[in-house]
Amino acid sequence: MDIAAQSIEGGFADPVFNAQTVFRAVMDAMARPGSVQPLPALARPPAPLLATSGAIALALCDNDTPLWLDPALHASAAIGSWLGFHTGAPLANTPADAHFAFIATPAEMMALDGFSQGTQDYPDRSTTLILQVGDLASGSPLLLEGPGIETSAAIAPAQMPRHFVEQWKQNNKRFPRGVDIILATSDGIACLPRTTRIKTMEA
Amino acid sequence: MTAQSTDIATYNFAYLDEQTKRMIRRAILKGIAIPGYQVPFASREMPMPYGWGTGGVQVTASIIGPDDVLKVIDQGADDTTNAVSIRAFFKKVANVAVTTDTATASIIQTRHRIPEHPLTAGQVLVYQVPIPEPLRFLEPRETETRKMHALEEYGLMHVKLYEDIAKHGRIATTYAYPVKVEGRYVMDPSPTPKFDNPKMHRSPALQLFGAGREKRIYAVPPFTDVVSLDFEDHPFEVQTFDQPCALCAAENVYLDEVILDDHGGHMFVCSDTDYCEKRREEGHRGHLAPETDLAPGNMEPVQ
Amino acid sequence: MYVAVKGGEAAIANAHSLLADRRRGDRSVPALRLDQIVEQLALGVDRVMSEGSLYDRELAALAIVQARGDMIEAIFLVRAYRTTLPRFGYTSPIDTSAMLVERRVSATYKDLPGGQLLGPTFDYTHRLLDPELAAGAGVAEPVQRAGQTEPMPRVSAILAREGLIEPDGDMPQDHVPGDITREPLEFPMARDIRLQALSRGDEGFLLALGYSTQRGYARNHPFVGEIRIGEVELELDVPELPFTVPLGTVRVTECQMVNQFKGSAKAPPQFTRGYGLVFGQSERKAMAMALCDRALRASELGEDVVAAAQDEEFVITHSDNVQATGFVEHLKLPHYVDFQAELDLVRRMRAEYEARENPAKAEEKKEAAE
Repeated sequence: MDIAAQSIEGGFADPVFNAQTVFRAVMDAMARPGSVQPLPALARPPAPLLATSGAIALALCDNDTPLWLDPALHASAAIGSWLGFHTGAPLANTPADAHFAFIATPAEMMALDGFSQGTQDYPDRSTTLILQVGDLASGSPLLLEGPGIETSAAIAPAQMPRHFVEQWKQNNKRFPRGVDIILATSDGIACLPRTTRIKTMEA
Repeated sequence: MTAQSTDIATYNFAYLDEQTKRMIRRAILKGIAIPGYQVPFASREMPMPYGWGTGGVQVTASIIGPDDVLKVIDQGADDTTNAVSIRAFFKKVANVAVTTDTATASIIQTRHRIPEHPLTAGQVLVYQVPIPEPLRFLEPRETETRKMHALEEYGLMHVKLYEDIAKHGRIATTYAYPVKVEGRYVMDPSPTPKFDNPKMHRSPALQLFGAGREKRIYAVPPFTDVVSLDFEDHPFEVQTFDQPCALCAAENVYLDEVILDDHGGHMFVCSDTDYCEKRREEGHRGHLAPETDLAPGNMEPVQ
Repeated sequence: MYVAVKGGEAAIANAHSLLADRRRGDRSVPALRLDQIVEQLALGVDRVMSEGSLYDRELAALAIVQARGDMIEAIFLVRAYRTTLPRFGYTSPIDTSAMLVERRVSATYKDLPGGQLLGPTFDYTHRLLDPELAAGAGVAEPVQRAGQTEPMPRVSAILAREGLIEPDGDMPQDHVPGDITREPLEFPMARDIRLQALSRGDEGFLLALGYSTQRGYARNHPFVGEIRIGEVELELDVPELPFTVPLGTVRVTECQMVNQFKGSAKAPPQFTRGYGLVFGQSERKAMAMALCDRALRASELGEDVVAAAQDEEFVITHSDNVQATGFVEHLKLPHYVDFQAELDLVRRMRAEYEARENPAKAEEKKEAAE
């Protein structure tokens, strides 16, 4: 299939209700960090963009939200034109200009502080990162605390960024500035808002 | 021009267009990630006036889906006119199930109260907020209050509360009583009586706040610390009533005063109508409860 | 026995049917048609279009009749409809020097290229109620000069040739004009955003503020360089097409105030500008807007901010009548809960006060109560 055809297919079958479903899953995940929200494959973007991250893009991005794609995604012209066609979102010139960043290979990604952290006056003007991970159970376990978590929560996302726990501590320290993360697997999502603290788990 | 058609189908599901919903949804996510911080958003004109719940309506319209069950209260009551009007709006534009039952609602939009029945995980409480800025009455300028929040400079608020104590012997704020969220942002809980402040603290429900005219959205995620500002020698206290509800005999709930005649006769009844009705169904009786229950009266417009 | 008041839904429906009845009034009087309102109450229609920010005469007329002639309610109806409309694009800036002018007056020059043109004005009418109008008398065809013969440059361009007026305030090359209907306001604001807010601001509010500057609250020495009213072309740039697409014309009123300025640390002595532009024909609004615009440029021009009209946050946040009316009128919504809280506090404090001021009487009262 050529790029033009690929770029116009695979959008939401029912844009209004699908967008609402995806948003509610993200909202619930953001409000309850570490909880895994299942998400059916409502979008069919070109690989390696996952159905879940594609659906998040369709639900939240538009011409007001510059996007940044990591090299693995940027390399695919089909992904760029699929996102462009379905969301109208422009590509950000630099990661620091991006409202949303989609990352297919978190293990190789640049440091979190390279993205927009917002300002002390407007901490909301920060990048939301969508990290595609293999699963949320086979990586190093992360014990989570903070708003949205009654006592503690645990996830173990696979293929996370290098020195993630240390980087996240730095992200916490920048509060109220900082980035928020949506972890996307092939069939679900979990979130790490900037308020979530990670207690590394003893093996 | 299609405006002359009154067909509701000319409006999108839940009234707002999809681009507006995306913008509001993004603001909600930021609000959840930065508890208590007021996220600016490009509030739209709604078909009800500013000040009548447009912020709450925009938030509800952006989160609501066909599976939701909506409850709308004003002053704690499901049957106050503005609550009836907003509920009817969503029934019309989103065709969602509506309820008065706190426990079965998935989204509760409220003005001025938090229900007495404890909220549970998975529920969303949407507050209508008139003035979201807790520092506004101390400093009218947005440019200044923004700086104060950025620098976590809340001395002015403490000075004001302390002046109250010096002048009146107590903190003379009874509603919209400022709180500190997760130890960082001072937040306006909307004009709920301070009686309701403790219910916000570590609530299992997600709390979203929409201020339409002032164009701000903010949030308190579940299980988040919400502490009412106070002083060691003047700890925060909630209102107490020296009599139970006259209809259902409930104690430790917020009561409305109802004037019965023009000779000073009055009674106190639950402000939360659903809570009061549930208790009466369970057989609780206050000292002024009618023998047979609740024949729905009627309120006709005065000609 | 007390029974809680219920049945809000029925009450609302009944109230609205009563409203519909009162709106229609005596059924033996013919109902107003929208074209009658468009043709005969045209300035009211213009105000609704202008402050409703939607150029559609028929919708504005519908709003006026639906609002029973309440202009702010009509503006609100138009706004609430406008906000649901999809946005296809932004037109190129209109060129008012190419306006098809129906009225153009300058207070700064006796004569100027294009001439003075009084047009359809109330100025110099004697305000005597006209019984013939009440009787529905016929109206003669107007006398008008044939066509616009010579170009009508804007007065500001004439002054600019001498270098005595500040330049037109160029925006940086990459400046994207803001849109107050799409982005939340942020202070301090750029002038393009401020002018948008003023253009949809309440006529009465801006009029009062403009008036206050004339009476010495931030006096800014205004002259009406020019007021022009007429039709301007709207054109849309479509990236896919090699030409701009004409969309039609809109009628606007433009006012350019020329303000004497003695200079400050930030700017040399020169004439400065205040600008007003509104849909339709409304000189009062355009002039008031221009006065406010100039006053709000105080900090840009290095003037002291001493009066309300110069205070950007104050003026802009309170100029929108749809917001203002909503919030003022929301006070009639129930506030039982808050009032109960205040009642409790005032009772307690009053009791303490009485105990302090008049212990004997307070004791008496307490006994009586018991």
